[in-house]
Amino acid sequence: MKTLLICEYREGKLLESSYELVAFADKLGAEKAMVLIGKEAEVPKVNGKLYLADVAKYGEYKPDLHKKIVLEAVKKEDPDAIVFLHSSYGWDLAPRVAAALKAGQVSEIVSINEGKFEVGLCNAKLRRTVTPQTGKMVLTIQAGAFNVAGDPQGKAQIEKIDLPDAVSPLEFVGYEPAQKKEVDLARAEVVVSAGRGVGKKENVAIIAALAKALGGELGASRPVVDAGWVEHSRQVGTTGQIVAPKLYVACGISGAIQHVAGMKKSEFVVAINKDKDAPIGEVADVLVVADVMQFVPALTAMLQK
Amino acid sequence: MKILVCIKQVPDMASRFKVNGDGTWYDETDLAFRMNEYDEYAVEQAVQLKEQQGSTPDITVLSIGPDRVGEMIKKAMAMGCDRGVHIQDKDSFRKDPWQIASAIAGFARDKKFDLIFFGMQSQDRGSGQVGAMVAEILGIACATTVVGFAFADGVVTAKRELEGGIRAVVKLKLPALITCQLGLNTPRYPTLPNIMKAKKKELLALPIADFLKEKELVATASAYPPAKKGTGLVLEGDVNDMVGKLVGILKEKTKVVK
Ligand SMILES: Cc1cc2nc3c(=O)[nH]c(=O)nc-3n(C[C@H](O)[C@H](O)[C@H](O)COP(=O)(O)OP(=O)(O)OC[C@H]3O[C@@H](n4cnc5c(N)ncnc54)[C@H](O)[C@@H]3O)c2cc1C
Ligand SMILES: Nc1ncnc2c1ncn2[C@@H]1O[C@H](COP(=O)(O)O)[C@@H](O)[C@H]1O
Repeated sequence: MKTLLICEYREGKLLESSYELVAFADKLGAEKAMVLIGKEAEVPKVNGKLYLADVAKYGEYKPDLHKKIVLEAVKKEDPDAIVFLHSSYGWDLAPRVAAALKAGQVSEIVSINEGKFEVGLCNAKLRRTVTPQTGKMVLTIQAGAFNVAGDPQGKAQIEKIDLPDAVSPLEFVGYEPAQKKEVDLARAEVVVSAGRGVGKKENVAIIAALAKALGGELGASRPVVDAGWVEHSRQVGTTGQIVAPKLYVACGISGAIQHVAGMKKSEFVVAINKDKDAPIGEVADVLVVADVMQFVPALTAMLQK
Repeated sequence: MKILVCIKQVPDMASRFKVNGDGTWYDETDLAFRMNEYDEYAVEQAVQLKEQQGSTPDITVLSIGPDRVGEMIKKAMAMGCDRGVHIQDKDSFRKDPWQIASAIAGFARDKKFDLIFFGMQSQDRGSGQVGAMVAEILGIACATTVVGFAFADGVVTAKRELEGGIRAVVKLKLPALITCQLGLNTPRYPTLPNIMKAKKKELLALPIADFLKEKELVATASAYPPAKKGTGLVLEGDVNDMVGKLVGILKEKTKVVK
């Protein structure tokens, strides 16, 4: 099997996550070639052919042009699988490439199960294995699911790609920084987070009281932030903050991958959820099956004694 | 201005899921279905745009699925979409994203929509493919994962959300397709008068065979519950007992409770 790995580049740098693609290809035991729209000083340290297009000309986010570059590399390399990260870059570009090639696409692969690709179904409450029916396939892999062992040490063999036509129907204006952090959750020893299961804004105070009793900070899942119950600077997850406290308490949080990615390095995790099957149970050291509104005030009262 | 919004019906994710009879998907028995969360933002954005444009845009809301999706299409019309299209398919869950995208593109191809709104992903399958594939088939500009949307002088300014919460600002000329991310706006609840009004709006039912000419590109081998890691302790029962046990565990295993 031959893979073409689509590396990522942002704000002038190769993204480290690109190495996860290499780990995936190694796990498949596949040959690898790579594509990068970037610059020569920032290529991955991996042995193999690397198709490089100049970011100065093709931009960091011009998906129509990036698609053409990937298709050009596909033509030269004739891979069996074109592999992206399931990231804001990958999930945007992969379906464009898949549709252009009329290749079957599998999104957010979490593991390889007897040669088949395993993906989640219904917030990972179920799993599926899927098999593309086409000669070429497009794959995206879940961030963090395939990890590289050790420091990368290799040297890519660069071949440049330059297309005559570089007009994109989409104009990339620039980046806007994330909302500024009023609290640095990354330094907290204890983070107690409120999820949608707290029910309403008024109930957030009950979760905040537990955070205080434990000497920690209040965190939140995304829906709680989107609804305006808690400010964005307290959001935990891929699009919020990454935390690693001594104790993380998830109150009424289901455990979606984007949330878990932000707290899985915590030393000890307690989850309070009325659903015994909630995926948060997979990363919790203790899962308390209870209504947060009954359990949390009782816990706070006991700690204050 | 003509707008299309594509919405999918999905089960409530807090449900308990079982594998279906042929072992390829979840069993629908006893599940409550609702509008895919991401698609609520798509409907709301289309309706807000219509309000900003002085009501001139015409919004079509489309869903592919079995009979039950009719209720959801009516909800979208009660939120402010003008007309509904139900592409009838009892077996839509067996179609892969490419087939769903081809059918939607087949419907949209000759209708000259200026703007098409999608959710960024469906909550059950979570493939995040259909929107960008439709854009590719129709050959129109597309931005995915949008958390900010503005329209002026024929140009859409969209903010795409990236990892860590930074945003990429992009401009697209019409016709364009947008996939909506959580938090883009605050989806409204339909009011009773609007629910009544929606009952009079046109809801066209069309068979999937009219639009779907493509075979599947990806097949499901099997669906199954995840292997339980089971390393964690599960506490169940009386609240006060559990509080006592948890405090004991925290004292023993962490240094934060003394
Ligand atoms: C690109 C992308 C980026 C994202 N980034 C983030 C991110 O940074 N952070 C983030 O959190 N999410 C993020 N999300 C959203 C994520 O996918 C989930 O939608 C979100 O984490 C769900 O939040 P939740 O667990 O609070 O809500 P839900 O999934 O609705 O879960 C609520 C939980 O509460 C339980 N519950 C309900 N009532 C009670 C009660 N009375 N007592 C006890 N338990 C109760 C339910 O059983 C359920 O498990 C992102 C999504 C995408 C697509
Ligand atoms: N059966 C369907 N009918 C209408 N729109 C759909 C359907 N399936 C998916 N979509 C749209 O495509 C988006 C992405 O779906 P998916 O690729 O399945 O994750 C959804 O948010 C919907 O906007």
